[in-house]
Amino acid sequence: MSTSLRNRSAALAAAAAGLLVGGIALAFYYAPEDADQGFSQKIFYIHVPIALTAYACFGVGAWKALRLLWTRERRYDLESYTAIHMGVIFGLLTLVTGSIWAKVSWGHWWTWGERQLVLFLILFLFYSSYFMLRYSTDPGPRRERNSAVYALFGVVLIPVSFLAVRIAGTILHPTIFTHEGADLPGSMLLAVTVCLAGMLALVATLYRVELAGKRIDARLRELRELLT
Amino acid sequence: MTTGEKYVTAAYLVLLGTLLVYLLIIALKVGRLEQELTDLARAAKEKQGG
Amino acid sequence: MSDYAADVAALARKDLLLELRSRDTLPAMLLFVVSALTVFHFALPAGSSARAETGLLWIAIVFTALLGLTRAFAAEREHGALDGLVLAPSDRSAIWLGKTIGVTAFLVLAELVALPAFALFFHSLSWELVAAVALADVGIAAIGTVLAAMAAASRARELLLPLMFLPLVIPVVIGGVGASVAVNPGSFLAFLALYDAVFVILCWASFEYVVTE
Repeated sequence: MSTSLRNRSAALAAAAAGLLVGGIALAFYYAPEDADQGFSQKIFYIHVPIALTAYACFGVGAWKALRLLWTRERRYDLESYTAIHMGVIFGLLTLVTGSIWAKVSWGHWWTWGERQLVLFLILFLFYSSYFMLRYSTDPGPRRERNSAVYALFGVVLIPVSFLAVRIAGTILHPTIFTHEGADLPGSMLLAVTVCLAGMLALVATLYRVELAGKRIDARLRELRELLT
Repeated sequence: MTTGEKYVTAAYLVLLGTLLVYLLIIALKVGRLEQELTDLARAAKEKQGG
Repeated sequence: MSDYAADVAALARKDLLLELRSRDTLPAMLLFVVSALTVFHFALPAGSSARAETGLLWIAIVFTALLGLTRAFAAEREHGALDGLVLAPSDRSAIWLGKTIGVTAFLVLAELVALPAFALFFHSLSWELVAAVALADVGIAAIGTVLAAMAAASRARELLLPLMFLPLVIPVVIGGVGASVAVNPGSFLAFLALYDAVFVILCWASFEYVVTE
């Protein structure tokens, strides 16, 4: 890694720390307490940024996959894999924070009426199988392309499932709980935006660290093959 | 602490905990990489000597 | 273009003829779907709603499709014929289209038995349900063929396919069940058609990358 790249990682890490601390401080000390939900609404300030970050990761993973198929440059394989890896971690976090929120809001750890949670469950299952696909295929161009095509399926599945969960919610579950639709006051919007920026900086930092680790792994393997 | 406060704290702790677990995983990985690199360096030296 | 259509037709005909001769997939699918419906009768408490029965029909369809898809590339794999197909001077998406047509045909044949059996065992069919099944078949076959080709390249073939397949067909099940029981089946049928269109295009465009060595 060159010095400029390392500096960029450090800058991202610093930005993540500053923005996240600032955003959480804004959420607790500046944004007003929610009229309906009270203090428990504070979960919103990490739950929503984490969910959006997970989407961003899946999007980046699919973009890198598309680049792999387009240019046939092999480095995109690890980049796509790393992005999806991060997406799955943040997807799992979304499920956990979301289910805590569901518990505090309506007393159940899981409600099928909460669309975002259902959507994330589907995506989590889908992308967990991405790992199964990778682990059970021998390394090589074939695995790279299969993983890339699967990643592209994922980015199409997101809006399709979103729509599916939405129409399923309107008919099959007559009572719909929803966190959406409320107009956010400016102060809340500011806090959640800063948190989102912080979360994106955090995931970018983690992505770089993880990618560097995976690349070192791959190069060490090459080196070992050369030496033995 | 009210119930609401407890759950909010739990949610934020989940985030913190995940980050710490990730740190642990990376720490283990760096340790492993260091070990592998040491082995490879020794193997390279032996190859050059022999 | 007519070359392309001829290739597709030849490939689809090959799959159907092969099945006609060996008869190892379709009878299994038929037997499975009827067994599944029988099991469902005993799994449901007496007096269950029509909604619950319809939901189970969709589960039976999805798993029957899965059973057929597991075998979709079996013949090619056993004889190493897929490499030959890929090297043949035809468009590789034609392989996908031919295979998808074959899989759809199997699925439709299985349902020609399953739907009357369902009507006999449980309750009568609505035209919305039949339309939804027909639309779902296309999407299931399109995606399933690509995933089956992916799974065939892995070590954990039969294990991997359901794991990849089920999350992807959750929207199909939502659309299918909705079209069968909801008061406004039109929007669910439209959703299934949209699903088919999106994934057929995606599968058609991406299959080439899955089979090229």
